[in-house]
Amino acid sequence: MPQTFHRSTNTLSKVSIFGALFLVLGSLFAIAEINRSGYVTQAGIAREQPVPFSHQHHVGGMGVDCRYCHTTVETSATAGLPPTKTCMNCHSQIWSQSPTLEPVRASFRSGRSIEWTRVHDLPDFAYFNHSAHVSKGVGCTTCHGPVDRMPLMWQYSSLQMEWCLDCHRAPERYVRPKEEVFSVSWQPPADQLEQGRALVQAYGIQTRTSCSTCHR
Amino acid sequence: MSESRSEVPVVRVDLSGVRRRLDGTQGRTYWKSLEELAQTPEFLEFLHREFPSQASELTDPKGRREFLTLMGASLALAGLTGCTKQPEEKIVPYVQAPEQVVPGKPLFFATAVLDGGYAKGILVESHLGRPTKIEGNPDHPASLGATDACGQAWVLGLYDPDRSQTLSYRGEIRAWSDFMAAMRDALGVQRPRQGVGLRILTETVTSPTLAAQLRELLADLPAAKWHQWEPTGGAVAAVGQAIGHPGSVQYHFDRAEVILSLEADFVVDGPASLRYAREYTARRKRPGEQPMNRLYAVESTPTLTGAIADHRLPLRPSEMEGFARAVAGAVGGGAASPGPEGVAAAWVTAVAKDLKAHAGRSLVMAGDYQPPAVHALAHEINQWLGNVGQTVVYGAPVEAQPVDTMASLAELAADMKAGRVEVLLVLGSNPVYSAPADLEFTSAMDRVKLRVHLGLYEDETAVHSHWHIPQAHPLEAWSDARAYDGTATIMQPLIAPLYDSARSAHEVLAALSSRPDRKGHDIVKDFWRTQLGGDFEPRWRRSLHDGLVAGWTGTVGVAAAAVPAPALAPPPTAASPARPPAAGALEILFRPDPTIQDGRYSNLGWLQELPKPITKLTWDNAALISPATAQRLGLENSQVVELRYRGRTVKAPVWTLPGQADDTVTVHLGYGRTGAGRVGNGAGFDANLIRTSDAPWSGAGLELAKTSETRALACAQDHWSIDQNAEPRHLIRSVTVDEYAKEPEAIKEQAEDPPRDLTLYPSVKYAGHAWGMSIDLNSCVGCSACVVACVAENNIPVVGREQVAKGREMHWIRVDRYFSGRPEHSETIRAHFQPLPCMHCENAPCEQVCPVAATVHSDEGLNEQVYNRCIGTRYCSNNCPYKVRRFNFLLYQDWNTESLKLQRNPDVSVRSRGVMEKCTYCVQRIEQARITAHNEGRGIRDGEIQTACQSVCPTQAIVFGDVNDPASAVSRLKAEHRDYALVGELNTRPRTTYLAEVKNPNPELAGPAGPGSEHHG
Repeated sequence: MPQTFHRSTNTLSKVSIFGALFLVLGSLFAIAEINRSGYVTQAGIAREQPVPFSHQHHVGGMGVDCRYCHTTVETSATAGLPPTKTCMNCHSQIWSQSPTLEPVRASFRSGRSIEWTRVHDLPDFAYFNHSAHVSKGVGCTTCHGPVDRMPLMWQYSSLQMEWCLDCHRAPERYVRPKEEVFSVSWQPPADQLEQGRALVQAYGIQTRTSCSTCHR
Repeated sequence: MSESRSEVPVVRVDLSGVRRRLDGTQGRTYWKSLEELAQTPEFLEFLHREFPSQASELTDPKGRREFLTLMGASLALAGLTGCTKQPEEKIVPYVQAPEQVVPGKPLFFATAVLDGGYAKGILVESHLGRPTKIEGNPDHPASLGATDACGQAWVLGLYDPDRSQTLSYRGEIRAWSDFMAAMRDALGVQRPRQGVGLRILTETVTSPTLAAQLRELLADLPAAKWHQWEPTGGAVAAVGQAIGHPGSVQYHFDRAEVILSLEADFVVDGPASLRYAREYTARRKRPGEQPMNRLYAVESTPTLTGAIADHRLPLRPSEMEGFARAVAGAVGGGAASPGPEGVAAAWVTAVAKDLKAHAGRSLVMAGDYQPPAVHALAHEINQWLGNVGQTVVYGAPVEAQPVDTMASLAELAADMKAGRVEVLLVLGSNPVYSAPADLEFTSAMDRVKLRVHLGLYEDETAVHSHWHIPQAHPLEAWSDARAYDGTATIMQPLIAPLYDSARSAHEVLAALSSRPDRKGHDIVKDFWRTQLGGDFEPRWRRSLHDGLVAGWTGTVGVAAAAVPAPALAPPPTAASPARPPAAGALEILFRPDPTIQDGRYSNLGWLQELPKPITKLTWDNAALISPATAQRLGLENSQVVELRYRGRTVKAPVWTLPGQADDTVTVHLGYGRTGAGRVGNGAGFDANLIRTSDAPWSGAGLELAKTSETRALACAQDHWSIDQNAEPRHLIRSVTVDEYAKEPEAIKEQAEDPPRDLTLYPSVKYAGHAWGMSIDLNSCVGCSACVVACVAENNIPVVGREQVAKGREMHWIRVDRYFSGRPEHSETIRAHFQPLPCMHCENAPCEQVCPVAATVHSDEGLNEQVYNRCIGTRYCSNNCPYKVRRFNFLLYQDWNTESLKLQRNPDVSVRSRGVMEKCTYCVQRIEQARITAHNEGRGIRDGEIQTACQSVCPTQAIVFGDVNDPASAVSRLKAEHRDYALVGELNTRPRTTYLAEVKNPNPELAGPAGPGSEHHG
């Protein structure tokens, strides 16, 4: 009886089995990468704002401390966005006629808030607390990136759960001395792991990965 | 009323079967309902299926359509959820940041909630200007840090979307200036005649500012009259009658060793209940280490005080006076009165002997709903015992004008009927609904030419008024009030009025004065300026901060003189009261509802859905009747009967309540509302329709006629029952003091916990904190404030009557109520309460069956539920022996009503449909405490974390803390011999454990009411 299938069918089936496997794995990988990309996470995309506030100018150029504006970063869950009054502390004197700053002056005159576009937006079921991180030696730039080089603010990190856990599982890789937390120029030393372990010990940092740490 | 729903089963119980079953048992048995004893199919359904009748969605035509809609939408949306990106959000910072406000950190402000006009101090949690949660004020004498269930619900009252929002004249929207003009005209007519046609009706007034305003107005218009109406009040007048002059009375339960309650429900009822409950239960903690007090309760309808008493005697209302007189005779040594017979006679002897043995350290208290004669007798007994000045202290009146409000309302109704009233100003009260039927208040009121109503809702009285002014909620207006002991609290607003036209009573009264435009803040502050004198501003700020005015005792117009002790009365004479009606004749009792009271909280879903502490009914009232009487009359649960009383009738469903005095029927006020709002309208029947003003709380001559109708009631008593059919579970453990002293280990030994290593799962070490909870059943009074506090803290939705009937209420903590005794013998019935949150088992059965790891253990021993992982298989809940898991079958949470969004706790996720949820041990509070402690560079202190149920508890029955710390309060409690684990024999190793009940019965009364005894005849 002649063979029903041609000999090449063997090769064909082998190739298609492996091909299908690669196709599936490949598409899973592609989906994962798309999910991690800025297209989904919004990381790396500078946002339009009603006033083109430049961290590059204020932090990098003028050397304004983070806490001058983000006043509650050491005490509360939210770092705090400055009231219009904080802008006007300086801008009633300098650039007081600048048309770019007209929305700020209008806000101050009318008492209506400036509506900024949120750049770092965690889902509502994730409860992040700035003060807990700042008090344990997690620097601003560790999550927010080189703020002093951002003309318009963009999200530096993915803010996805794997990114959170990356540090929560091994904080020694990222933690820095407390006095460097607000420094924008700090760079991890060569022996970060060693120093980090010492800091984790000294600051009593717990590697908390229980769900309720962030989800309630 | 006559509706009969197929999905809510009407339950039929055969009492003889119950009797046979109980005869077959040995020792103590605890049961939740007659249905459980009879093992009815409905009960078994609740027992074996965690969520019964879920398939009914497909058979009920309306429900099926809804189900298909929801399913269709779910399918469509489920496919889309993967494609969503987070929407762009705005951040809106302040223009000028207010002082002290830190986004993300709540502020707490001191003010007060009112209970019958009296203040209970509170601290209100405010998130960026939104009041979200009420806590007790530890510095306030009537709170001591606790609140009651109704107080917890005030925050919902503030945001109630059904609150009246606009000022109206005959239903048309008007401006405040129009109202002022109308008042000017009316006063123009009244002033030359000294206000002879003006009447003002308020609720009980303890507010010094309001009293001063009223006095000023009455001085200006001397012929005008001020009436007060408090549907649940009356005790003040009775106290005044008893001691011979207006006054107030305070009890000191911390000094009382023997207590006799004449239906005084002091642990939950009245302006000092939180304090009394704390003082009473403080002497029942650490049994064996301190002598325990003893409580005798005599009552006609089961109260929580009776439920927790060492001895309880049900008597008909007509027998109460005779009983009190007999005790007075026995204590005072006067002429023996023809005392009661039978069980009650033994009681009189034993109670009088015990009271006399503790003269000066005993306490007799008559309940608010007892007639003046019983109050007089109680005060007499206290005098004879030398308790006055020790456990009973008389003081100056606290109310601005203590009156019998029933008489006051009757006088107003008579004046209106006679046409003597031209202008009626109703401030806050709702007499059209709450007035007893015989006053014919509504028709009398309709004769008044100008009727003005100030109220939170457009209620029944608003409909009958010309002008209706929306009342500013007490959490959004300035006012003041006094506590039971006279302590004044300045009530400060937490938020600007949600509705522009809302006004406070102060502002409406000011409209009648020479300065009509004054704001509430100025009125209250100016009053206190006259009271606090020099150095005013710091004292004012201090008083606002503390929640009480330190060092102020004065009342307006009445000097706070020393109050004379009443003259010692002669021993009671033999003059006995009218003979009680013959056995078999029915007596009726009117009582405020345990949750919605006189109807003022009708529209608050939290309270409607809170199972009533003893009956466990929700969303309804019923004619409560003892099982024996029900059997005699051939009545069954849910059967609608016609109550005929003094020529008036009302239809009511019957509910058999073990422990109710035989031949009595209790009806609760507050239901049958038509002007309450979307939540309260149509629930229950209106008992005011047969209530009369001469006997407001009880009376004889009730007739009961059967009808063919039924109204199935949504009763939660069988919900979440723990299966005891296969083997006894010893859920409730109760011993006497003597038994406990002899064999302290016996409590633990009732069930054997397996050794710790008897498990296939790897053993887990909890190195850091290990959170645990201890619940003291000897302190729990069953008030259920913990349930409402949990609802408020954890954004728990209200599901409605139909869903409750299916066993789908979402409460994370429930209070299981068990009865013991023989249902057909009321005097043997005792109730036991067991609050049940998630046990946070170390070997959690729920975790092992979740296919998606949506419920997992934390490193500190919390059993966590991860909403975003949950796919709703409900396996976990199926496997939970405690039945503490709650499933969102439908979208119960209100996602649309704007005002309700403001109430939510921002620290807790708002759950959607299809998700399992349960008690988290208030993990948001744990995390907040941890972050605060770590930011301050220290560890978490013991007591720093208070769960919502713990902080609200008046008796401190719930204690939470770190069980790894041997010095923590919770560890010390768990070290007591009476600590036991619920169903511990399953090796679940629950972190929540219980402290057994220890009763202190009088050996001479061992018998009917002793907890350690089964029934005798």
